[in-house]
Amino acid sequence: MTRFQSASQTAGPYVHIGCTPNFAGLENMYGGHELGAEMFSSDAVGAWMTVTGGDFDGDGIPVTDAMLEFWQADASGRYAPHGGSEGWGRRAVDAEEARYKLRTILPAGLGCEAPHIKVWIVARGINLGLHTRIYFDDQDNWQDPLLAAIDDPVRKSSLIATRDGDHYNFDIHLQGDYETVFLNV
Amino acid sequence: MGLHPQALTPDYRSSRLRSPNQKLLSLPPGQGELTGPTFGHGLIGPNDHDLIINYAAPGAAAIGEQIMVHGHLLDENARPVPQVLLEFWQANAGGRYRHQKDSYLAPLDSNFGGCGRTITDNDGYYSLRTVRPGPYPWPNGGNDWRPAHIHFSCFGTGWAQRLITQMYFEGDPHIPLCPIVQSTADPKAIEGLTARLDMANTEPMNFRAFRFDVILRGKASTLFENKLEGN
Repeated sequence: MTRFQSASQTAGPYVHIGCTPNFAGLENMYGGHELGAEMFSSDAVGAWMTVTGGDFDGDGIPVTDAMLEFWQADASGRYAPHGGSEGWGRRAVDAEEARYKLRTILPAGLGCEAPHIKVWIVARGINLGLHTRIYFDDQDNWQDPLLAAIDDPVRKSSLIATRDGDHYNFDIHLQGDYETVFLNV
Repeated sequence: MGLHPQALTPDYRSSRLRSPNQKLLSLPPGQGELTGPTFGHGLIGPNDHDLIINYAAPGAAAIGEQIMVHGHLLDENARPVPQVLLEFWQANAGGRYRHQKDSYLAPLDSNFGGCGRTITDNDGYYSLRTVRPGPYPWPNGGNDWRPAHIHFSCFGTGWAQRLITQMYFEGDPHIPLCPIVQSTADPKAIEGLTARLDMANTEPMNFRAFRFDVILRGKASTLFENKLEGN
């Protein structure tokens, strides 16, 4: 027997209530612990780094009700080799500028795939959650099959975080001239 | 088969500037799409699935029609998806969310937070207890009211199965009028998002039950079986 997939519906403007309730103001919900606050335990092996950025609509207005989720391999290129949620994280963007900050370790590449962090974006006005990836401008990206499939250099650069001192910048543009490349995974 | 809405559905005004103009770039799923985070039962507190009391003062309860929502999380081949996290959020019985940006005139209920979570059992079964949320007006350019709904956030076994959707209630007259519901366009999709009154599991003099199954895409798990586990 086959069944039709449940259709996606927008996460709406209040996704933070359900997924980051303490951020949304529900004091001490779930013991005050926000799921996905840490990408890895503090003793995880690897090069720790910070990725920051913002999330913008087609007019460049910050999408302040967005929630972002991240999923990545560890420093040996494995996804949660011991099960659990290591390598997964979740952020509510801030209410003024729609910015996020992610403290994590640099993932290793896997096969031809260059090191990257997978990102999933939901918000009011997004009918089906958007998938994209964060690559890094100081890593070896030239063999990556996804990046190789994008000819337009502006489009390609939308997937590559730029290093600025000790952190990387990665902005997400839902629409327009700087539109991020989104994926059908 | 998926019956997901298009990114741009102009009658839902917020989609106009938040929908990509370019087509999604397709890529075959790799290890990172077929795997995903898992969460143990240890994460879940005894009242996390009970929105009637999980934000209430000791001995108090949320105001509203008491209901139980239950069903199975399945894949497209009707196989259970066990041991995965489900999260819920909703407005209170008057149609008001506990959120600083919700200024609707219906009052907050001091005993209702509006979020809950659970982990499916080995049969993919879940249940939650809550009050039936109220319909509410929302700014979309006209006299738009959301049908009563509960938001569902669903993990599968793979990252490619991640889903957020909404559950509606059988018989709600706002379902055919709502631009967000109608973003899915296909009547079969809307039927799939509509919970049915379940008198067999309704407790006399206590609560009504509603049944709602969530169906995740099966592609990731199928690929997982065919390619990875066989290696």
